[in-house]
Amino acid sequence: MSTTVTKARHAARTGAGHDRGADRSAPPARPGSPRRRTVVGTVRRALSGGVTLLWAAIVVVPVYWLVVTSLRTRADFTADSPLALPGHPTLDNYRTVLAGDFTTYLFNSVIVTVATVVLTVAVALMAAFAIVRGAGGRLSRVSFRLYLLGLAIPLQAVIIPVYLLIIKMRLYDSLLAIVLPSAAFALPITVMILVSFLRDVPRSLFEAMIVDGAGDWRMLFSLAAPLARPALMTVAVYDGLQVWNGFLFPLILTQSGDKAVLPLALTLYKGQFGIDVPATMAAVVLSTLPMLALFILARRQLVAGLTAGFSK
Amino acid sequence: MAAPALLLFGLFGLVPLVGVVVLSLADWDGLGSVGWAGLANWSGVLTDGATWQALGLTVKVMLVSWLVQTPVALALGVFQAPRGRARALFSVLFFLPLLLSAVAIGLTWQALLDPSFGIGATPGLHWLAQPLLGSPDLALYTVIFVIAWQFVPFHALLYQAGIRQIPTSLYEAAALDGAGPVTRFLHITLPQLKYTMVTSSTLMLVGSLTYFDLIFVLSGGTGGPGTATRVLPLAMYITGFQAHDMGRASAVATLLVVLGLALSLLMTRLSGFTRMDSQQEGM
Repeated sequence: MSTTVTKARHAARTGAGHDRGADRSAPPARPGSPRRRTVVGTVRRALSGGVTLLWAAIVVVPVYWLVVTSLRTRADFTADSPLALPGHPTLDNYRTVLAGDFTTYLFNSVIVTVATVVLTVAVALMAAFAIVRGAGGRLSRVSFRLYLLGLAIPLQAVIIPVYLLIIKMRLYDSLLAIVLPSAAFALPITVMILVSFLRDVPRSLFEAMIVDGAGDWRMLFSLAAPLARPALMTVAVYDGLQVWNGFLFPLILTQSGDKAVLPLALTLYKGQFGIDVPATMAAVVLSTLPMLALFILARRQLVAGLTAGFSK
Repeated sequence: MAAPALLLFGLFGLVPLVGVVVLSLADWDGLGSVGWAGLANWSGVLTDGATWQALGLTVKVMLVSWLVQTPVALALGVFQAPRGRARALFSVLFFLPLLLSAVAIGLTWQALLDPSFGIGATPGLHWLAQPLLGSPDLALYTVIFVIAWQFVPFHALLYQAGIRQIPTSLYEAAALDGAGPVTRFLHITLPQLKYTMVTSSTLMLVGSLTYFDLIFVLSGGTGGPGTATRVLPLAMYITGFQAHDMGRASAVATLLVVLGLALSLLMTRLSGFTRMDSQQEGM
């Protein structure tokens, strides 16, 4: 714990230095000014810096605990001090988890996530294109409002009719039973982000293509889709994250162990390992690794796109 | 071209929206055939103290988590807005909770807060060694804290982006007029963040109707201890999928729909989401 805090403190101090430098050179969001170093300014920076440090500790400590616990033996878990480094670090917990059905769950999660993302992004792009191209038209306005309405429908509120629908469609206890509703519920936010991106594409580009005799599909494939690539990446990663971590649909729409996705499997592990907390924590870490890998690969894209999509 | 999306969204989003109201008038155990119940479910749900308790808890979670998350997210956003290596490092750290599933977070915190073996066993942190999740008085606030742990980073990110979009010229003009940092924050940053704040608040408020996974795991599927954390979605799940009374659970779910739609209407009024024109043109 103490090393973490010291590191964070050091980071904050160097951060303050960076801040002043950045303020003078590049055009930053909060510009420097002659009055920047007033007492009030110092207090305010100390305040937001303090909150940041405190929150960093609150975020980092549990994650650190999660990882070190997963490396402890069961005996050490009850004997060691919780935040100390493991006395006898071991990968046995990971071996235990991987020796079970973990790969089945992982595979299910991958299938469900990829299928949902592909389906969602494909139909959302078409819908967003239609909405932006038909801007001002009544149909376009109404359908956009429907998706906005969708933003406010809690999954939980409609799970019972969805359950009935899935049973009637004879899809209960299949991976497709997770994919279809997940895609439907990812649509509103995906359409919203794509619309807010596409409506910034200058009209003249579309008009030039129309003059060239291009139809809607050609405009979609050779103009809208390439231009919207950053936004498409963003929604793909964002939707992927949501579906990967989704719990309610798998909980209610599937039943057999061989159809379980990772979040559902974690609750199975909890039952299976009982009080073997280190093994459960190893399963938690393993279930998060793919998302961590994705984050490392797509961080800039994800953060930039996510914030642009929501904060317009 | 809009058809496939509308079909998908209509079938699994809009049809169930109507379906839940219809099912709230039905008698169904989730397995057999669906019968007609009339208003029996509704009179049952509305005269049941448990419904009102669940509704109260939902509203309480909504308001308290908004009050906790907004100032923290705003402070983090203000701190992270200027570019710099340390700030980028913090952004990465703060992103971690967003990568974990609610189930993973629930299991982690449940074990972490265990009074015997959790973080409270650390020398110096013994004040944490109490049944934070097992006490009827503390459980709800503990849940709200874990919710904040999960979502504050996301909202901080929104505020950070919002602040970065504020034109520098505004601050330069204010500085020329002799405005201090506090004045600038109150008269430029905050007003300019209006839409960000509406977006963030809406996502938080509507999102709080969906805090199911986390509370489900933290409370071992019961919304306990007792009914101390049994918010509406959990009450719905327990009534429908554990007590097999889908009609009654649908009535509870309808309350969720009404809450969600009311919040949505408020959002559409307050925000500029429905503007169809580009927001960059003319700037």
